[in-house]
Amino acid sequence: MPGKIELEVKGLDFYYAGDIHALKKINLTVYKNTVTSLIGPSGCGKTTLLRCFNRMHDLYPGNRYQGEIIFQGNNILSIGTDLIDLRSRVGMVFQKPTPFPMSIFDNIAYGLKLKGVRKRADLSERVEKALLHSALWDEVKDKLNASAYALSGGQQQRLVIARALAVNPEVLLFDEPTSALDPISTAKIEELAAVLKKEVTIVIVTHNMQQAARISDWTGFLMLGELIEFDKTDRIFTAPSEKLTEDYVTGRFG
Amino acid sequence: MTREQIRKTEGFIALTLSTLAAFLGLFWLVFILGDVLVHGIKALKLSLFLNDPAPPGVEGGGLRNAFVGQLLITLCATLIGVPVGVLGGTFLAEYARGRKIARLISVLADIMVSVPSIVIGTFIYAVLVRPIGHFNGWAGAVALAIIMIPVVLRTTEDMLSLVPWTLREAAFALGAPYYKVITQVVYRGAATGILTGILLSIARVAGETAPLLFTSFNNSFFSLDMKQPVASLTVTIFQYAMGPYDNWHAQAWAAAFVITVFILLLTITGRLIIRWRYK
Repeated sequence: MPGKIELEVKGLDFYYAGDIHALKKINLTVYKNTVTSLIGPSGCGKTTLLRCFNRMHDLYPGNRYQGEIIFQGNNILSIGTDLIDLRSRVGMVFQKPTPFPMSIFDNIAYGLKLKGVRKRADLSERVEKALLHSALWDEVKDKLNASAYALSGGQQQRLVIARALAVNPEVLLFDEPTSALDPISTAKIEELAAVLKKEVTIVIVTHNMQQAARISDWTGFLMLGELIEFDKTDRIFTAPSEKLTEDYVTGRFG
Repeated sequence: MTREQIRKTEGFIALTLSTLAAFLGLFWLVFILGDVLVHGIKALKLSLFLNDPAPPGVEGGGLRNAFVGQLLITLCATLIGVPVGVLGGTFLAEYARGRKIARLISVLADIMVSVPSIVIGTFIYAVLVRPIGHFNGWAGAVALAIIMIPVVLRTTEDMLSLVPWTLREAAFALGAPYYKVITQVVYRGAATGILTGILLSIARVAGETAPLLFTSFNNSFFSLDMKQPVASLTVTIFQYAMGPYDNWHAQAWAAAFVITVFILLLTITGRLIIRWRYK
């Protein structure tokens, strides 16, 4: 049986500036401590949906939401939502690694400092914990003061995950986190997702259907802004109820 | 002639003409720099930096007042111009990004860069010298600051625009408010570029004479009072070079040499920072 609900999307419509209808009447439930993947052909709206969960669309003028996303009892799409608080509880990892132009340590301490952690000892402890969490500690423990740009792409991506984890978010959003990485780095991130879901709820957008099948518990298939099907991952990949889903996961189009 | 020969001839002519043009430009540049170097070094003495000007005809005077005055005016201009320029550039690249007002200010700043500096000098004369009743150092600093602002503003805008958007999004995604995203992440990414722009803008105003002629004018005595006329190297060079005395000419050469070296060093530092950044 599904566990506790983390995020509940109810009748969500999303319009980009200029009234481009990018998401149409989306209904979907993300359960606590699971990995939910969003798949679909390019331009189907999966990244758009992901970016609704931390209101990233608000950075650009003219974007408009309709409907509700319930996160812990509150509709995060309501006007009064504190975006700073929301984003510190719903972390995000992007397609390309986005280390800040500062040291490895400062990168991870950044979010902590935003949350008001000031003491050096506390920072050190939590930075170490976050790096252990993202399986990067052994590789960087001797060079915490080196520039984050000195790391490889895969390491940078795990650094960014550590940075997001350091502030103890409840949800972590992954936007095609491995599409710029080599297979070994990809495998490491996938292993990480399996471990991390014990503590955070993960929503991942991926182009790679094998990846969705490997790491996720739930899968949503989107096309042209509509959620065609949402179900347990093994059902989506073995016995989907929609013809479109079947055609897509078997590679007949997309 | 065959087609191929015609093409080769055309190529040869184009190459010759452009090479000649390049050498013609270079010739005057080397000539001027060489002249300043030869005459300047000959006149360079320690007393130049330690003594204030002697009465005309008396040997042994120096230009301490002008060196210090130049530094003082340039420093004050930098303190006024850099914050305004950097904050203005930040407004254009961040808060007003994509709006018409940003485009408009950008274009106006580009026009400002090419406005003759004497126009700015006379403007400040009308605003800060006439009403006060006498030339003063602040007027000079403000005139130089006004020349600096569009340069710093445009460099800042360009450098901030080069910082990828994903970096800002990543900072927002951690729950950072916009001003912290700018000051703690974006500025760091653009720091070397902005610093280079500031150095180059200082180099640009340090060599200005026209705006100072109408504002801070000159002072034969050592003075740190910005409310009074303040000596500067460029105006001193102008006056000494026009003067009738040989030792004035020598000192003008020395002053020209020193200020050229100063500007050269600033420019080289700016270039080095750029190169170091893109390595």
